[in-house]
Amino acid sequence: MQPAELSAVDLVAAIRQGDLTAVQCTEAFLERVARLDGSINAFLKVDREGALATAAAIDARRKAGKPLGALAGLPVAVKDALCTRDLPTTCASKMLAGFRPPYDADTVARLRAADAVIVGKTNMDEFAMGGSNENSAFGPVKNPWDLARAPGGSSGGSAACVAADMAPVAIGSDTGGSIRQPAGLCGITGLKPTYGRVSRRGLVAFASSLDQIGPMARSAADCALVLETIAGHDPLDSTSLAADVPRYTELLEQPLTGLRIGRVADHYAAGLDPEVKRGVDEAFAVFEAAGATIHEVELPHAKYGVPTYYLIAPCEASSNLARFDGAHYGHRSNPEGSHRAGSGGQAFESPLVEMYCRSRGEGFGPEVKRRIMLGTYALSAGYYDAYYAKALKVRRLIRQDYLDAFERVDLIGGPVSATPAFKLGEKTGDPLAMYLVDLYTVATNLAGVGGISFPCGFTRGGLPVGFQLQGPALAEPLLLRAADRFQRLTDWHLRRPKQIA
Amino acid sequence: MTKPAATPEPYTTVIGLEVHVQLQTNTKLFCGCSTKFGAPPNTQVCPVCLGLPGSLPVMNRAAFQLAMKAALALECRIAPFTKWDRKNYFYPDLPKGYQISQFDLPFSSDGWLEVVDPKGAFARKVGIIRVHLEEDAGKSMHDEAAGTADTRIDLNRAGTPLCEIVTQPDLRSPQEARAWLNELKLLLVYLGVSDCNMQEGSLRVDANVNLHIPCPDGSVAKTPIVEIKNMNSFRSVERALIYEAARQYDEWQATGAELGTTPKQTRGWDDPAGVTRAQRHKEESSDYRYFPDPDLVPVTVSEAEIAAVRASMGAPPTVLRTTLAERWKISAYDADVLVNQGREIVAYFEEVATRVGEGKVASNWLQQDVLRTLNERGEAIAAFPIRPDALADLIGRVQQGDFDTSRGREIFAEVLASGRSVADVVASLGIAAVGDDELIALCRELITANPKIVADVQGGKEQAAAGLIGQAKKKNPNVNPAKVRQTCIDLIKAM
Ligand SMILES: [Zn+2]
Repeated sequence: MQPAELSAVDLVAAIRQGDLTAVQCTEAFLERVARLDGSINAFLKVDREGALATAAAIDARRKAGKPLGALAGLPVAVKDALCTRDLPTTCASKMLAGFRPPYDADTVARLRAADAVIVGKTNMDEFAMGGSNENSAFGPVKNPWDLARAPGGSSGGSAACVAADMAPVAIGSDTGGSIRQPAGLCGITGLKPTYGRVSRRGLVAFASSLDQIGPMARSAADCALVLETIAGHDPLDSTSLAADVPRYTELLEQPLTGLRIGRVADHYAAGLDPEVKRGVDEAFAVFEAAGATIHEVELPHAKYGVPTYYLIAPCEASSNLARFDGAHYGHRSNPEGSHRAGSGGQAFESPLVEMYCRSRGEGFGPEVKRRIMLGTYALSAGYYDAYYAKALKVRRLIRQDYLDAFERVDLIGGPVSATPAFKLGEKTGDPLAMYLVDLYTVATNLAGVGGISFPCGFTRGGLPVGFQLQGPALAEPLLLRAADRFQRLTDWHLRRPKQIA
Repeated sequence: MTKPAATPEPYTTVIGLEVHVQLQTNTKLFCGCSTKFGAPPNTQVCPVCLGLPGSLPVMNRAAFQLAMKAALALECRIAPFTKWDRKNYFYPDLPKGYQISQFDLPFSSDGWLEVVDPKGAFARKVGIIRVHLEEDAGKSMHDEAAGTADTRIDLNRAGTPLCEIVTQPDLRSPQEARAWLNELKLLLVYLGVSDCNMQEGSLRVDANVNLHIPCPDGSVAKTPIVEIKNMNSFRSVERALIYEAARQYDEWQATGAELGTTPKQTRGWDDPAGVTRAQRHKEESSDYRYFPDPDLVPVTVSEAEIAAVRASMGAPPTVLRTTLAERWKISAYDADVLVNQGREIVAYFEEVATRVGEGKVASNWLQQDVLRTLNERGEAIAAFPIRPDALADLIGRVQQGDFDTSRGREIFAEVLASGRSVADVVASLGIAAVGDDELIALCRELITANPKIVADVQGGKEQAAAGLIGQAKKKNPNVNPAKVRQTCIDLIKAM
């Protein structure tokens, strides 16, 4: 039995029954990481020793007849934006190179409590800012389906490691599509839960009002398994939801008869790749065949989603990233080295200001700087009303659009991205083109609702095409059930990239 | 440059204050760390108040309610809905790079606090524009002693709840400003909202001041508003304002500069030099890029919560002054002195007065003996060795005529020095009540020995009997002088 070929649900069952030990399982995935990640670069840190020690302890406990957690022995890769007590947490930034937080993110703590095995930290766009993973300070991630292409972002490392079977599941975070878009481009399943469903405590903040942690796996059923562990109220996150956590894995069986799925005409506007369109149309047909009905709905303000997002997110980011100033932790410019770096004779008003400017100038990459500047500008006196305040108003309209649409349909379907995975370097020279990769995903975050993306076909060139379902607040059971039903009727999610097999 | 107080100034000084008060909570505003003062640097910190990546704030409702208590006592309106905003600026003692504060929707506004000078010099009702809650920053310590000019940061204070109280420009003299600050401090200490200890930084004051100068043509010239910072006592607030008013008047006479012609200036008070100095322009103007903190949810306040906080407040000083004067039939001035000493002194006084059964005498002993001693010893009433029952015992003996007040003071001092009870001290000093027979025998002895005084008294000069009192005290220190005097007069008249 090849552990890498089993679903997370089956792995957990096999370990529980003693058909497979946690150590065997962990070793199998670590072996793939050792063999494949040199060409993919999905991991920033592999904790081989820690993972094997955890796995051995779980096996010992199982042998001794002691109780085991819900994810006992399951290897999990964690996006490097989540704090991990014993592992570096860098957000793929030079600013945090070598930083080890003194605590675990709530999600990581819940995973450990459930006896999951944390195998490592995954690559990402620096501070989760980007849609291609090319903004990592530690090199881009390659798409396992075509190593010349981007995996999407910002959770590109998490998506690629699952796509290449280097981990059965991974944790990502989604601020404007950062789970769903790379899941779509890498042919895996990714869920962005309702805002507040999973605690943000310990997730290094990019845009606090939009950030949400979620599972990425090969199937909706595996996502349900992981969500059951990581969802739940956290009294130490003021924005965490108090609602009870349903047994997602037990709510997958019900058929889709009578389910109303909305289709948005705007999703078919110019720019949608014909091969993506074909995959999406076929997915709608699958849902119809499963008993769902398709209805046209409108999200009239969704077209303002990208500009609205690119005001709100940078505004929050400009403040959230102010703490990375070199004074307390993270990168501090070395005053001796700064002469070599050269500042073109720039005059600073004080040594303190010089330390700030040099540390931040050296520590942050260009996209992070761009967004900090955008946000700082938009929040400045005289611009606040025209930019930030107006963006908040549009956000309310977008949220209302969703509320109105969900009066008429249960879920909204459509593409995740306008195109399949693009070539590395294709968009790096054009930030605006890069911002459009979030076209179909940002509105979900602005509305604070949930969305799931999963593969619905392949291009002739062999690249995965993703389908997205969005649901009302706390509709995760329905999102997971619909995606799971789709995956019972199709096998797109079972295809593996040939190049790395 | 300070002008003689007696000369009336040819202008009106217009003053508004901004007061920052640390709340007396056990824990910080957005995390569970202790707020205790004086711990070793950086020992009362956690990921939240250190601003570590991924940390999130959670509001301390107890701190919010304590701030509400202050606002209600300042007659403010409590907003049913309020929110938290980020005030963004870079400084090493601000680890997140922003301070969580309140910008456009403070939790309370539109109140007032009146200060009445007990001697009648002024009575001023000062409007409160707003009271809002925010987190304190840490402390920067410039370590020049080490020769490296390093700055060391202590983040124990970071995240401590801080109330900012902003007044209308209603104060009209430096003396009023000082008196009003005293009244504010008294109120906040009475409520248990803050210890208002300026040395420990739990109360900080900035003042905005300008002058209104009546001109011969009937118009009023207004000088540019100046904000004064770095004042570390109420006395230095008064001194800084006196200095600044005179400085502004001189400047106006020299330049004629009026309000609106220059941007608002910030000046720092240099206490040893006794002058205000202009601060660098950079320190004055900042764009804080306020925006709502997305990590925190808005706060809603119900009428029931307001009522519960109000019910827990107890009597404020203004009310206590009136009730104390009425209940114990003491003067408004005496009530003011006692109330201004704080809640513990008032409680001490009331216990003594209750035991003695009279307010005036208790108030006199409190003011003349207890308060003076506390001042000398630099002690708080809680640590004062003479407890109310002991003082009441002593006063009772004086009232019974066992000995006079000056003898009572000696006993007071001895009780204080020895820590023994009043009865013990009285016994050890051989102080025992002098019986009537004993007294008469003593007086006869004195009369026989002093024919000159006897003749004077017989001649109508009763005051001459005072000459016998000193002699009587020498023979028996326990005699009551008034009794000696009266007994001698009675005996002489009966001769
Ligand atoms: Zn703390």
